Amino acid sequence: MKVLVAVKRVIDANVKVRVKADNTGVELTNVKMAMNPFDEIGVEEAIRLKEAGKATEVVAVSLGGAPSQETIRTALAMGADRGIHVQTDVELQPLAVAKLLKAVIEKEQPGIVIVGKQAIDDDSNQTGQMLAGLLGWPQATFASKLNIEGEGAEVTREVDGGLETIRIKLPAIITTDLRLNEPRYASLPNIMKAKKKPIEALTPEALGVDPKPRLKTLKVVEPPKRQAGIKVKTVQELVDKLRNDAKVI
Amino acid sequence: MDKDKLPIESPSVDPAVLEQIRSAVRDLCKRFPGAYWRELDRQKAYPTLFVQAMTEAGYLGVLIPEEFGGSSLGLTVAAAILEEVHAGGGNAAALHAQMYTMGTLLRHGSPEQKRRWLPEIAAGRVRLQAFGVTEPGAGTDTTAIRTTAARSGDVYRINGQKIWTSRAEHSDLMLLLARTASFDPGKKTAGLSVFLVDMREAVGRGMEIRPIRTMLNHATTEVFFDNLEIPAGNRIGEEGRGFRYILDGMNAERILIAAECLGDCRWFVAKARDYACERVVFGRPIGQNQGVQFPIARSYAESEAVRLMVYRAAALYDSGIPCGAEANMAKLLASEASWRAADMCLQTHGGFGFAEEFDVERKFRETRLYQVAPVSTNLILAYLGEHVLGMPRSY
Ligand SMILES: Cc1cc2nc3c(=O)[nH]c(=O)nc-3n(C[C@H](O)[C@H](O)[C@H](O)COP(=O)(O)OP(=O)(O)OC[C@H]3O[C@@H](n4cnc5c(N)ncnc54)[C@H](O)[C@@H]3O)c2cc1C
Repeated sequence: MKVLVAVKRVIDANVKVRVKADNTGVELTNVKMAMNPFDEIGVEEAIRLKEAGKATEVVAVSLGGAPSQETIRTALAMGADRGIHVQTDVELQPLAVAKLLKAVIEKEQPGIVIVGKQAIDDDSNQTGQMLAGLLGWPQATFASKLNIEGEGAEVTREVDGGLETIRIKLPAIITTDLRLNEPRYASLPNIMKAKKKPIEALTPEALGVDPKPRLKTLKVVEPPKRQAGIKVKTVQELVDKLRNDAKVI
Repeated sequence: MDKDKLPIESPSVDPAVLEQIRSAVRDLCKRFPGAYWRELDRQKAYPTLFVQAMTEAGYLGVLIPEEFGGSSLGLTVAAAILEEVHAGGGNAAALHAQMYTMGTLLRHGSPEQKRRWLPEIAAGRVRLQAFGVTEPGAGTDTTAIRTTAARSGDVYRINGQKIWTSRAEHSDLMLLLARTASFDPGKKTAGLSVFLVDMREAVGRGMEIRPIRTMLNHATTEVFFDNLEIPAGNRIGEEGRGFRYILDGMNAERILIAAECLGDCRWFVAKARDYACERVVFGRPIGQNQGVQFPIARSYAESEAVRLMVYRAAALYDSGIPCGAEANMAKLLASEASWRAADMCLQTHGGFGFAEEFDVERKFRETRLYQVAPVSTNLILAYLGEHVLGMPRSY
């Protein structure tokens, strides 16, 4: 069985994000980029499936500009077998990503697809669900445990109330949650080996997908600064503040 | 190639791959946060888990040729690895020696010695972390060492004492410099030879290791030899040429240490910047005061200059161009810049800089070493003054 994982290049989780002066987006020049942490978890899970003999090949797909190749290389250095890069400089929104992934999946015919539950840049949490919808495949989102058994999979999901375990038929879409695994770091020999692994280059046109954005970003602003806290002396004062200052009761 | 035509950055590595390696080292180091190093520091304990992780990830084999199981990468990559360890708040002293001591074996060992040891070292099954040069009676004047190795049939008998032999308790092999002929004032550098001592066999059979407690957690020791027998086949290269062989490895050592200082500079600057932006006194962040802000900016500028010097020296080294002056200058400038950055960072933190929890005082103590070891600042200046600038010799 082939596993397909989607990997996105995002701002490194350790970087303090700054909004651009013209409020059109966040500052990306000279900012450290990295693989979306949820996608790292996806790559790790795919490699573990291969190591456990449940999968035969791991294919890492990234969509975006030329630097997305670096993200694919990172997946290859972790242990993925080959990469697919759908190159486009158009701003990609979840629906376009889902359509592009669908086209790649129809070409590759994987037995299971693992994507992050969200990307830490736009936090959309939509792509996996849209992709399952477009393909008409089962989906198991927010996975914290994945067990492949024969034609199906048992997946533990992190839901609001606790943990939910479901059984789904394969092929299916899985979206990863934080506790699914702890991703490995690439070793030096594997980084060097990754240089020789193939990356296939595709374009949205070749896949017959129009990736144009459908949503327009009006304005990006910093979240409001948190005010320093205060200590109240009595319950009375607390209720008064909540009612008249915070206006929440 | 002509020195002046060599690009500043090493042409031998693909920048994208180098960045990937740096990022993988950072990922590894994130699993060994400040709390890990603080606890070790408190107990003066060796970072065994960290060294294991770095070994398993293949970093200690970075310079070992592929035919012996390493990655055949250059000094630029090795320097970047150590820089990242230090920039992440860790310390590479526990493992860096293997990167350069291995070079003596690689360049001067017999084909048989290389086949026997290098694959074991590359795989992490054998640790070559101890380097026994310095002696209490000789200090900086290495040619004055008095530890002797006397040949008798198939063995050498070692007698004498080494000091500051770091990591001896955590290494399987030691690269040892000893006298094989008596001192000749006319040919000071002659009569010294290099040996690989298998310490697993030696402890209790003529070799004793005594730890030295120091102001930093460095696992350094004194080693005593009393008629220790080692196979004659463990001598590296020719008898009497050991000083040259050791000297050959010095440039790599200087550049790698300078890269660690650069990592320290980065850590101190980032730590000071973050604190200066967060700490509010007199109703505003302390970093808004230029008296606080400017020293941080100055340290940043210095560390960027150091970066150029370090990777310039590494690029020369990787291209096979003589780089004694550059390697020494990189170490000199880097160790002074990291010390100034340490001082700046401590000052920026005020009283909190002294609290262990902030890691500043630990890194401050750690980075101070590099102006003394592996070679002290004065000796570098003497080298530059006498050998590069051609001024009269003092010794
Ligand atoms: C923590 C630590 C770890 C170490 N690890 C190792 C190791 O693993 N292996 C190893 O072999 N060694 C190791 N060393 C030893 C280190 O290389 C020496 O300490 C260093 O070379 C200086 O030698 P010394 O301490 O004997 O100083 P000395 O030679 O006594 O010098 C004392 C001072 O006088 C100055 N000085 C001496 N001669 C001159 C001169 N002619 N002109 C101007 N100034 C001069 C020096 O610069 C220095 O500042 C380590 C040292 C430390 C502290």
